Amino acid sequence: MATFAKLSFQKDELNKKASAFFKGLLENGAVDAVLVPMAQAKNGVRLTLVTSAEHTAQVDPFAPIAAVSGAKIASALTSRPSGRKIAMVLRPCEIRAVVELAKLKQVNLDDVLLIGMDCFGRYENTDFVKFQELGGTSESFLENAQAGKTSMPDFDIVGACKICEFPTADNVDMRLCALGAGNGNVFIEAVTEKGGQALEKSGLKPGAAPAGRDEAVKKLVAVRTEARDKRFAEFRAEVSTFEALADKLAPCVNCYNCRVACPVCYCKECVFVTDTFRHTGEQFMMWADQSGALKMPNDTLFYHLTRMNHMSLYCVGCGQCTSACPNNIDLMPLFRTCADKTQARFDYQAGRALAEEQPLAGFKSDELFEVTGQAK
Amino acid sequence: MSEFEPQIVAFFCNWCTFTAADLAGTSRLSYPPNLKIIRVMCTGMVDQKYVLKAFLNGADGVLIGGCWPGDCHYINGNLKARRRVANLTEVLKQYGIGDDRFWLRWIAASEGTMLREVAIDMTAKLKQLGPSPLRNMGQMAV
Repeated sequence: MATFAKLSFQKDELNKKASAFFKGLLENGAVDAVLVPMAQAKNGVRLTLVTSAEHTAQVDPFAPIAAVSGAKIASALTSRPSGRKIAMVLRPCEIRAVVELAKLKQVNLDDVLLIGMDCFGRYENTDFVKFQELGGTSESFLENAQAGKTSMPDFDIVGACKICEFPTADNVDMRLCALGAGNGNVFIEAVTEKGGQALEKSGLKPGAAPAGRDEAVKKLVAVRTEARDKRFAEFRAEVSTFEALADKLAPCVNCYNCRVACPVCYCKECVFVTDTFRHTGEQFMMWADQSGALKMPNDTLFYHLTRMNHMSLYCVGCGQCTSACPNNIDLMPLFRTCADKTQARFDYQAGRALAEEQPLAGFKSDELFEVTGQAK
Repeated sequence: MSEFEPQIVAFFCNWCTFTAADLAGTSRLSYPPNLKIIRVMCTGMVDQKYVLKAFLNGADGVLIGGCWPGDCHYINGNLKARRRVANLTEVLKQYGIGDDRFWLRWIAASEGTMLREVAIDMTAKLKQLGPSPLRNMGQMAV
């Protein structure tokens, strides 16, 4: 049974109240460390690994920014575990990627207390700087977002967030609830038994659940789902041929940033940086000879199709690929529309459940008969 | 103008389908010469990158032939291949290469006649479909 503790705050006190919660977790030994978004010395907010209760003052868990996917950080911290208990405050998309990485044994959840925050979206890193310059804070962001407004004068939350139908996190021990909490409040929800013990140790008093939460979540999911379907239809109409796909990817310079930023691009060593693709001059000449001309660098379409084939089953739609592209290619709808098809084929949803086996990690004898069209 | 001759890259498993091709040969069964056969040890080792590369380099069709479920020399390589083929088909289908150009078929070592039929069917199908959408883009696409 879920338990809620209410955090009421006065103006400019949200982070102070939140910091008291994390301080409590550390001081009372609920965890040995906390990974939480924290304000940097000058500006910007980054996930920060805190082991001392003294250093929780700058936490900013609701800041609308995810400079690097937290799933990659979670992997760095746990794939070779420290043995120390750690609470991780992550966005829902990061949690879903963590679930996929845990299945791939690239995240170890044994000593992790997963805390999912309610997410209204994030700004691009450069836009977040502007947001702060304009005096924006997590409090102002939450207040406006609750009312349905995330846009700032000349920027908005990223495209991926606008069509994200997962504003709340599942598969977590605790949640930081802002949706439907009303202005001046956030709630901390203990979802699992582990979460319940942590909440007890943090020193917060359990109370009533936020009355408007279910309604607010439902409403936001409906808006986002509608936007998603619209965006998918637009993109599919625009990119339905290989020529259109090549056009879309024309600005690509094969930097592979989208792969680096992708939380679920799971290969330890990408084939595109191995000797497999270090061709000889003679080979390039041969390809050019075939049709008289060869675009350089080559293998652009090959690279993106390989990525679709590899990661689309696990794509969580976080949009880090779009954010990472130095040439402003909006890759998110490309991978999300593809993921929508491949995941549906296997009745799979990335990040839905830890117990759900990844489609390419198994097989059955009595399935997919339509592939060969031969019965036996 | 001469009739369009599709190029088909065929990955045949050593134990069943390649042996079926051998049988077709020794039985003097003729089939279209459009198949360019690549002998692999198992359909389970046909990396999907091979298929992508074949299409990107202008193949009009790709055929993967392997043992029937239950007969795989490596127990289940063909079942793994089936999932991979389903996955890649979903990717390619979005941009115009459907399961009519990308075939996976079970052809046992004794089924030389079936190999011939599949080769005839696939060649006919591809003639009807015309060149692959990637072929015209040539080396600008890869």
